[in-house]
Amino acid sequence: MLMQEMASVPFAPTTHCGPAGICDSLWLIPALPIVASGVIALMKQPQRKAAAALSIGSLAISLLLALVAFGHVVSGWTHGAAVRETVNFTWIQVGSAHVDLGWVLDPLAAVMLVMVCFVGLLIFIYSTGYMAHDENFTRFFCFLSLFAGAMLGVVIANSLLLLFMCWELVGLTSYLLIGFWYQKPSAAAAAKKAFLTTRVGDVFFLLGMVWLFAQTGTLLFYNGGAGSMEALKLGGLLATPSGLGLTAAGAIGLLIFAGAAGKSGQLPLHVWLPDAMEGPTPVSALIHAATMVAAGVYLIARVYPLMQAGALVGGTTAALTVVTWVGAATALFAALIAVAQNDIKRILAYSTVSQLGYMMAGLGMGGVAVGMFHLITHAFFKALLFMGAGSVIHGCHEEQDIRKMGGLRGAMPTTFATYAIGMLALSGFPLLFSGFWSKDGILEAAQHWSVGKAPFYMLVFGALLTAFYMTRQVSYVFFGKWRGHGQAHESPKVMTTPLAILAFFAIALGAIGTPAWPWFRAFLEGHAAEFGFAGFNEPGLLALMVTSSVVVLLGLGLGWWIYGNKSPQVETPDALERAVPPVWTVLQNKFYVDELYGVTVIAFYAWWAKVADWLDRRVWGGVVALVAWLFRGGAQLSRLSDEYWVNGGFDKGCEELSNSGGLLARVQSGKVQTYLRLLALAVVVLAAILIWSSRG
Amino acid sequence: MSFMFWILAALTIAGGLAAVLLKNLVHCALAVTVAFAGLALLFLQLDAQFAGFAQILVYIGAVAILVVFAILLTRGSETPKKEIGVFSRTWLAGLVVAAALFAVLSWAVLQSAGGLSQDDAAPTVSVLQIGQALMGRYVLPLEIVALLLTAATIGAVIVAMHEKEDSK
Amino acid sequence: MTPLAGYLLVAALLFAIGLAGALTRRNAILVLIGIELMLNAANLNLIAFWRYGPHPEALTGMMFAIFSIAVAAAEAAVGLGLVISIYRHAQTTDLDQMNRMKG
Repeated sequence: MLMQEMASVPFAPTTHCGPAGICDSLWLIPALPIVASGVIALMKQPQRKAAAALSIGSLAISLLLALVAFGHVVSGWTHGAAVRETVNFTWIQVGSAHVDLGWVLDPLAAVMLVMVCFVGLLIFIYSTGYMAHDENFTRFFCFLSLFAGAMLGVVIANSLLLLFMCWELVGLTSYLLIGFWYQKPSAAAAAKKAFLTTRVGDVFFLLGMVWLFAQTGTLLFYNGGAGSMEALKLGGLLATPSGLGLTAAGAIGLLIFAGAAGKSGQLPLHVWLPDAMEGPTPVSALIHAATMVAAGVYLIARVYPLMQAGALVGGTTAALTVVTWVGAATALFAALIAVAQNDIKRILAYSTVSQLGYMMAGLGMGGVAVGMFHLITHAFFKALLFMGAGSVIHGCHEEQDIRKMGGLRGAMPTTFATYAIGMLALSGFPLLFSGFWSKDGILEAAQHWSVGKAPFYMLVFGALLTAFYMTRQVSYVFFGKWRGHGQAHESPKVMTTPLAILAFFAIALGAIGTPAWPWFRAFLEGHAAEFGFAGFNEPGLLALMVTSSVVVLLGLGLGWWIYGNKSPQVETPDALERAVPPVWTVLQNKFYVDELYGVTVIAFYAWWAKVADWLDRRVWGGVVALVAWLFRGGAQLSRLSDEYWVNGGFDKGCEELSNSGGLLARVQSGKVQTYLRLLALAVVVLAAILIWSSRG
Repeated sequence: MSFMFWILAALTIAGGLAAVLLKNLVHCALAVTVAFAGLALLFLQLDAQFAGFAQILVYIGAVAILVVFAILLTRGSETPKKEIGVFSRTWLAGLVVAAALFAVLSWAVLQSAGGLSQDDAAPTVSVLQIGQALMGRYVLPLEIVALLLTAATIGAVIVAMHEKEDSK
Repeated sequence: MTPLAGYLLVAALLFAIGLAGALTRRNAILVLIGIELMLNAANLNLIAFWRYGPHPEALTGMMFAIFSIAVAAAEAAVGLGLVISIYRHAQTTDLDQMNRMKG
């Protein structure tokens, strides 16, 4: 688990899929839920059972396929040959330049696939119970399926472009689901905020993607040696300098990290995550705890060769340093805010932000395996916590303020038991729970970080705070007296069974990440895993385990001591609030980050929008009006000319004709003498002619 | 040119002019009779005795009388009102045409003045010769003229009568 | 000027006078008078040419003139009859007022 062992692992060269291999049909895994979503979109609202069945069924089949893929990779790994199979195809071809898409099956993808499908399936089943009274049930499952398909697309993408497309699709479904109850203005605003904030990150992501394509000519990750994550292209990127003392690899890595920071709610783009709690609780559980926010972490794990390129053994790169600092800062920042929140879901939201910071720090300091292990364990216990919170809200008749709950230990025993397991896993209760092992992995990597020790202390303090605020929350909700209205009741089996399953995994997953049997790390890195206690002999490891246990127990104890069985009423200020009012106010107002954004970014944007509006209305509108005026003037001229010249001329001509006709008609005067005169004239003329001609 | 010719010519021309210019229609009729007489004398001057006497008999004796009858029957003897006048409103056009005609004809005459005409011996024509010619060479025109005269007589009668029956 | 030319000029002048009268006077009867003058002028022409032309013994000119006189008389009769009947119908002989055939 030391930095030395983190050097790039020798994978077998990426192979194309074998015949009839699972990776040929890997595309089915995201495709099935998306197709299901499409079919549900065409269904009518009352067809609830059919929609739910289709949704759950498609994801179940995807889970089966994911398990098959996982088995394939495991079998390859146990036989000593690490598997990385890809299927690539050309999407756009312009002359000699072409843009390829494709999917990849390797340990990282396999693990993520199983996790997303499994947790997703459990949450789908949970949702049938939670959303049972909602009239937009069918629409909910349509969006959920679409999300699941898009997320799975992100997981198996072998091309940065395909990943980006599914990334955006995930963002879209997140918007749709946060704003599911769109009649609520706060929900609509929260959805917009989420979309726009992640968009800021995505702009940088796009820039990084374009730069990568320009430098390497390919967006594929693995392409038989020619992919952008493979040695050949990475070497080229390292050799290219960019500004600020970074290489091209570092700069692109930072740009991509900016995109991940938006999606995973890192500082300063974290502001959307707590507001995203406006969505239904299953949405919070699936998207904003287990999967979508983890997509940022997964992205960094995917482009890790790029982030890590140029690092000497035992050292690190500029990109990874930035990742670490941002992650550590986020972890501490969010944990502090979580202490002072009163909404059950908001506490969990800030907890998620904090844990995402942990994951990023883990990636930065400890490598892919460390960060990903925490991601997997966090997915399970955070989904469990959110679903438990949903059960509590359901049982308290849609109440979300923890000060109005209490004593639910007796009224909702299953929920309490599973919630307690999740809470202990999150806090990192020693030895039994997976959270302990995953967080310890990160702390160990932080302890040995070559740049400095500050992140270590931040993360340790964060762990203390995590235990503290979770204890506070649990005391408020499950202990003490019932302060709500009506009678609290347990949730139906369809909601509590997934809770139980997740609770089991919250405990059991720890087993694959202990130093005694570092199966997870070995699996991801492609070498064999031995079971043995020799792993505990790493220097400083036991001391660290003791330290973190002490910290956790301290946090739990402090929380219980301050909040314990007491059940303060809503009006009574919080204990901490009474102790340090200014600190409490700052924490409760989330360090005023939203207000800061409102004054700076949003105000500037509003001003700019006004300028653009003025420009549009006055300048461009003026131009358009001028053109229109010119046209109308021209039309008037045309009309005038038509009326006076053309028509007038024509009329005059006709008049003249008529007049001349009249004039000519005068010849027929009816008077004999006139005719006679004409006759005589004719005779004169004739005579003249005759005489003249006969003369000659 | 003999002196007689000029006098007779002047008489005829004067008569013609008077016939055309006078206001009173009866005076016009009498003037035209003078013109006819002048012409008859000119015929006699030209040794066409038969034609001359035929002129007197027919024109002066019949046509002139007929004209007078017509004038009287159509109240033409009344002096016309001052404002209307005897000439048509567009009399100038007619005058111009007539003048043009005279110009052309006189020009033709004067151009070829040197052609024929010497004072040859006057031909002696007897009525016997005229009668023989009429019955001989010109019998067909004679018959046709007779037919024409008959038709004219009948026609005139019918024209006059027709009106009478209609007005009844 | 030869005698022939003199006669011819007189005839031409008379003809022109007759034509002028026929074309300018208002009264229908005076138109007929003008026509008679024209016919007479033509007759004078004929006789003059007979007298001064070749072969006066053929009597051509004289015959022509005699026939012309006869025809003129007939025509005058019919014409005046027409004038009288028109007068009966329109109560006037003013030619300027007879324009029922106006175009």
